[in-house]
Amino acid sequence: MSLLSVQGLGISFGGLSAVRDVSFAVNAGEIVSVIGPNGAGKTTLFNMISGVYLPKAGQVRLDGETVTGLRPDLLARRGLSRTFQNLQIFQQMSVLDNVVVGFHLHERGPVLSDLLGLPGARRRSRASTQGARELLERVGLARAAEREAGALSYGALKRLEIARALAVRPRVLLLDEPAAGCNAVETEEIDRLIAEVADSGVAILLVEHDMKLVMRLSHTIVVLDHGEKIAEGDPATVSRDPQVIEAYLGASAEVIDAHG
Amino acid sequence: MSDLVPFSDLLQFLVSGVTVGAVYALVALGFTIIYNASDVVNFAQGEFVMLGGMISVAAVSAGLPLPLAALIAIVITAAIGVALNTLAIEPARGAPVVSLIIITIGASIFIRGVTQIVFGKGTHRLPPFSGDAPLHLFGAAILPQSLWVVAGAVAIFVGLWLFFTRTLTGRAVLATSNNRLAAQLVGINTGFVMTLSFALSAGIGALAGVLITPITPTSFEVGITLALKGFAAAMLGGMGNPKGALAGGLLLGLLEALTAGYLSSHYKDAVAFFVILVVLFAFPRGLYGSNPTERV
Amino acid sequence: MRLSSKQATLLVLAVLILVSPAFFPSNYYYRVGAMVFVNAIAVVGIAILTGYAGQISLGHAGFVGIGGYACALMPLHFGVPPLLAVVLGATLSGVIAWLVGRPILRLKGYYLAVASLGFGVLVAMVLANEGQVTGGPDGIKVPDPGARAWLTGLGLELSNAQFWYVFTGLFLLAGAWLALNLNDSATGRALRALHGSEVAARTVGVDVARAKLMAFVISAVYASVAGSLLALQNRLITPDVAGYMHSIELVTMAVLGGAGSVLGAILGAALLTLLPQVLTVLQDYEHVVLGLVMMAVMIFLPAGLLPSAQRFMRGRGE
Repeated sequence: MSLLSVQGLGISFGGLSAVRDVSFAVNAGEIVSVIGPNGAGKTTLFNMISGVYLPKAGQVRLDGETVTGLRPDLLARRGLSRTFQNLQIFQQMSVLDNVVVGFHLHERGPVLSDLLGLPGARRRSRASTQGARELLERVGLARAAEREAGALSYGALKRLEIARALAVRPRVLLLDEPAAGCNAVETEEIDRLIAEVADSGVAILLVEHDMKLVMRLSHTIVVLDHGEKIAEGDPATVSRDPQVIEAYLGASAEVIDAHG
Repeated sequence: MSDLVPFSDLLQFLVSGVTVGAVYALVALGFTIIYNASDVVNFAQGEFVMLGGMISVAAVSAGLPLPLAALIAIVITAAIGVALNTLAIEPARGAPVVSLIIITIGASIFIRGVTQIVFGKGTHRLPPFSGDAPLHLFGAAILPQSLWVVAGAVAIFVGLWLFFTRTLTGRAVLATSNNRLAAQLVGINTGFVMTLSFALSAGIGALAGVLITPITPTSFEVGITLALKGFAAAMLGGMGNPKGALAGGLLLGLLEALTAGYLSSHYKDAVAFFVILVVLFAFPRGLYGSNPTERV
Repeated sequence: MRLSSKQATLLVLAVLILVSPAFFPSNYYYRVGAMVFVNAIAVVGIAILTGYAGQISLGHAGFVGIGGYACALMPLHFGVPPLLAVVLGATLSGVIAWLVGRPILRLKGYYLAVASLGFGVLVAMVLANEGQVTGGPDGIKVPDPGARAWLTGLGLELSNAQFWYVFTGLFLLAGAWLALNLNDSATGRALRALHGSEVAARTVGVDVARAKLMAFVISAVYASVAGSLLALQNRLITPDVAGYMHSIELVTMAVLGGAGSVLGAILGAALLTLLPQVLTVLQDYEHVVLGLVMMAVMIFLPAGLLPSAQRFMRGRGE
């Protein structure tokens, strides 16, 4: 059974339909990318799956369990985690603490033991700090650990969000434009990181404008246009689909180039 | 005959409720104008009412005729409103809500402090505009000053409505409150709109102060309570909505008068806060709450 | 050995409490010091609510009032020992905060400010109006907890002012210790996270509503204990401690010093408590100065005095 499956998902804002009847599934260890022109509804789709928006129609299933419209924190408990297109960093906190927060579900205990600084709370705190340092190492931010997060570059913040999302130890990971604003070296690092995470058995749903990255990584590509799914398939099939080429118009050449 | 007595009581309560309510409505309107222009809730709003009363009292006791005294009070208070915007609100543009709350409360305490130094701690009253012989209606006594208050409030609301709908400047203010950036793009001087809003809001507050001071004596301390009540009224009617300010103000005035009359005069001042809590519990986004979706 | 910033903060605080009396010109200053500590306890609570979690309350003086009156009314009406009344008052405040916080913490910004303000004003009004139970607007006497007599019995002779200086100072140290523990724990990080971005906090599994409620309840307990200590020390409690102005003062103290840091909050409490003492000559100007300080700090040093100073020092150090 698919880890994440979406059936007939739809939402409208002020009577305007933003996403309509979208269905697809992601298996463990698989990378599925959602592509489409700007305004196609990719981020809106993400927001529905991750519980930020309440869908008007359709269902989201996590490992068979219906989780449609569940609060994001309850989804996190069930193993769904995400990053944001417009960064949602805890600006006033250190880089390290941003990731330590990601371990919240594994670290939390009775508030009283947190207040009293009991050994249990301190041990949990040490464990998540240790875990956070390892994750920072993994995304190449270990040296920035003690800096204030607000001071990092855009590309570094993107990786910081990935580290934070991984701290949740997700079974399903939603990445919204992880490579946006990153230089070639950083993009390559992210590319490698995503592949690694998928190899460890996590189901990954990806929105990304860097077509090279999408074509190289994805097992399946879902194409959205005007809120509707117009194509789905492996990278080779999708890049030859006439409807997809039309939707992208000028960008069509890029799609094919990237694959060729 | 016996059931006529309670009726005249009720009528009396309604009269005083409408009078006080008209003042609350004007304070709420002041909140609304500034909130719409700048998204700031000005906790110093009540001080404008206090200044209107105190300055006109001082001017009258200096021998000036009442209309001139009122005019001076309104102009000076409007200038103070503009100064508040220029010196304290504009420099903190974009600051978190907590900071803005502290700034306007700080302004309120400052204005109160200065007033106390300039005019002293005493309570003052203006002479009624047209005598104090009450008019009798079905057994209820109506002070002529109450009619002045209500007429003044009506005049302000009608005048503002005309200003916002019929004049170019008024429409510019409305446009700015809808979308500041878009207003700037079509060439509206939003800085001027802010200045104008603070001047209008302070001037209206001062006028309310002039109108009510013959009924309720004023002192340097009265502003806080008025601000809180006016805010309650604005929130009751829906923040940012002038018609809501009017409805909320009148409703609050009536509820207070009825509470004082039938339940307990001690808890008259609690009504506003009780109402706020009930409204907020029932409608957590306010009565006219906006789009709940957050852009992420 | 290198001290953690938590240990360093506590050490600085303990040294300040111990060393300050060496500079006191008279016994009266022990009283002023104890007032600083009492306010600081409440303000550390505000730091947790506003500085950590980013939620505003303009009604926390209501909890100060509940804590204070608990020490007057519980001994009077139920024969509860005053020190036990501190604990019961704090429990009561916590329960009330939980009940009130659940609905009002759904609100944001100005709406939360006004709802909490409404709560505080209602508490103050009940305390002033229910004279038969509470003693009314003039306040009510508070019994002596007898702790000083007990110390004297042990051979430790302290003046009344000295005793309260030490007693409230110990409470402040404990309060600071708890707040610093919290800051460095899962709960504290969750609070700071939701302050930064509620949606991101949710996606890492933080139950935002519950976390806010925790912060509200904890800060209410701080305020309540501060109120109890105030009542016990003064042997009298009046309804204005629950009033709107007191709530404003508490929030101002917190943001003045820097609500994000425990030491900053304590600094803010110290400055605003000492201000009227310094201005006794110019008593009429107290409000003018207070208002100016509030506006100036928020405009020029929005992070508060201590964090701004630290940033400045760090900037020069590099």
